[in-house]
Amino acid sequence: MTNPYLPQPAEIISITKETTTDYTFRLKTDIQPDFGQFVEVSIPKVGEAPISVSNAQPGWIELTIRRVGHLTNELHELKPGDLLFIRGPYGKGFPKEQYRDKSLIIAAGGTGLAPVRNLINYYYQHPGEVRQLSLLMGFKTPEDILFKEDIEKWRSKFKVLLTVDKESPGWSGHVGLITNFVKDAVGENSSASRVIIVGPPLMMKFTSQEFIKYNIPEENIWLSFERKMCCGIGKCGHCRINDTYVCLEGPVFPYITAKNLLD
Amino acid sequence: MAYILTHAEFDTVLQRLKQDYILIGPVRKKNKGKFSDADLITYGQIESLSDLETNGKSQFSAKETIFPPSQTLFYFTEDEYREPKFEPQKQIVFLRACDFNAIKRLDLLFLENGQFVDAYYKRLREKTHFFVFGCEKSYENCFCVSTGTNQCEGYDAFLNFKGEKINLFPSEPFKRYFAGYEENEDILPQFIERNHIQVDIPEGLSTKIYDHPYWDQYGKRCIGCGRCNFSCPTCTCFTMQDIFYRDNKNAGERRRVWASCQVDGFTDMAGGHSYRKQQGERMRFKVMHKIHDFAKRFNMHMCVGCGRCDDVCPEYISFSQCISGLKGVVAHDN
Ligand SMILES: Cc1cc2nc3c(=O)[nH]c(=O)nc-3n(C[C@H](O)[C@H](O)[C@H](O)COP(=O)(O)OP(=O)(O)OC[C@H]3O[C@@H](n4cnc5c(N)ncnc54)[C@H](O)[C@@H]3O)c2cc1C
Ligand code: SF4
Ligand code: SF4
Ligand code: FES
Repeated sequence: MTNPYLPQPAEIISITKETTTDYTFRLKTDIQPDFGQFVEVSIPKVGEAPISVSNAQPGWIELTIRRVGHLTNELHELKPGDLLFIRGPYGKGFPKEQYRDKSLIIAAGGTGLAPVRNLINYYYQHPGEVRQLSLLMGFKTPEDILFKEDIEKWRSKFKVLLTVDKESPGWSGHVGLITNFVKDAVGENSSASRVIIVGPPLMMKFTSQEFIKYNIPEENIWLSFERKMCCGIGKCGHCRINDTYVCLEGPVFPYITAKNLLD
Repeated sequence: MAYILTHAEFDTVLQRLKQDYILIGPVRKKNKGKFSDADLITYGQIESLSDLETNGKSQFSAKETIFPPSQTLFYFTEDEYREPKFEPQKQIVFLRACDFNAIKRLDLLFLENGQFVDAYYKRLREKTHFFVFGCEKSYENCFCVSTGTNQCEGYDAFLNFKGEKINLFPSEPFKRYFAGYEENEDILPQFIERNHIQVDIPEGLSTKIYDHPYWDQYGKRCIGCGRCNFSCPTCTCFTMQDIFYRDNKNAGERRRVWASCQVDGFTDMAGGHSYRKQQGERMRFKVMHKIHDFAKRFNMHMCVGCGRCDDVCPEYISFSQCISGLKGVVAHDN
């Protein structure tokens, strides 16, 4: 019998320090995730946690992990060549087909950029697949900005709007919450655009409201949820909202579904 | 068709069964109950009929026989891990109709929910057979008739205790253990038909009820101890735990342990986010799952009306009264 809880060892190929608290780990693995899916990552005797795939190519995946507690602290002590354990990929990701030939806006707050980075990179390689891509990204301070090299690269093909809540010396970009820039990101002809919003719960709530205010139909919006998850496969119960299991039916939800997921 | 046996004759059958199975059932532990002079009825191994406690409800249900409170998933050594080498023994579990119906709910969750089958559950489940015994009377807080779980089908055997005699209805594969005894044509299994408590599960529940002040009373009374979940035959939530051994830090294990949606930490996420911080919201979450959300997914209510949550609550919170009150709220609001 196959045991879905069995993790596979995966060697760390490289580690990129994005910020003082966020590291990106590239792992050698055959896992081929969909855009927006996650894996369960563990260190034996320490613990296991769900982490989004932030980039993937045949042979490897990347996970961008913020140091916040027991397991993630230990993860940050690892070195290239060390082994991690992973299982997955799990969950429903972004319905890429629904964005084909459309104008797509991706709004990401903080670590919310990790789950959409893989999709953005895909469009970077296949720019013809969407009519236009706009990126709206917000971070607390310039020091919190993730994937700086990617962002510079993305600027060459997409409309990029990067803002910080609080500036620090040397910052010459936008300042202010993401919600302040929704109007600019939407531009004209909004009702045909598709929108992806990923970030902390309150950011997703207010950003959705703002997009709706600027005439984006609710059916054209997708969100990605985070919940406590112990199993990732619909058994442990921690991620359940009403009759929905976020690990199975999510983490990506159409807004019209998400707005009825009340906790 | 039934076998009508004396207790001594059934003991002979049990001895035959013991050649092939371990027998598990409710047993009485003296003075281990909620109050120091009360007994505790708990699940344990039985050797003969006299060990089986059929008079009184067990505090915990039979679920622990296939979903243990703590279960090792892997053992870790320096650089590798291995699954526990355990080949579960075939077991026969004695239980009541409500608890047997609860097993169907566990099956739906562990075997059917999502694309993966829970291998640890399946391994034990496949080795387990269920002997259901009819209730001679309804116990405190029972409302199984209201939930339709007083009856059951698909058991491996059914038993009605009738004073000196026992009416036994084994399924075909178990009949061989009754060889030498005579089958009687006309007798049928008897289920309990009445409880003291009747509950009418409200129709038309929805998220509209979430913000209702109805839940506030539980915010004040519930202390979030989780006993209601742990004693519930249909609660399935668990948390993963990795540990290392104190005497050898290079070795350890990953286990899963029962979790409770009423206890702090159930939804905690990094960054300090959590959901349902108030006990009232947690009660709502539990109640809605038992009588609404589960059924939306699996077409049967989760609650089997065993009343154990009421039996064990230190704050005397009654689940059946909560449902009845909810009926009034829904009727009033619609
Ligand atoms: C679908 C999904 C995708 C995810 N993707 C990612 C991802 O790509 N990258 C990523 O980094 N994380 C991601 N997460 C979150 C990640 O799973 C958690 O950060 C991780 O479980 C934390 O594990 P830990 O053992 O390090 O923390 P724990 O030791 O479990 O600590 C977390 C707990 O401690 C408390 N806590 C710990 N540290 C803090 C703190 N600094 N401030 C406040 N409270 C704290 C929290 O209340 C929380 O309950 C994702 C989660 C989900 C559900
Ligand atoms: S909710 Fe209460 S009455 Fe219903 S099955 Fe669980 S313990 Fe029994
Ligand atoms: S047993 Fe009672 S007090 Fe304890 S969590 Fe359940 S409802 Fe609350
Ligand atoms: S993470 Fe366990 S049920 Fe969803």
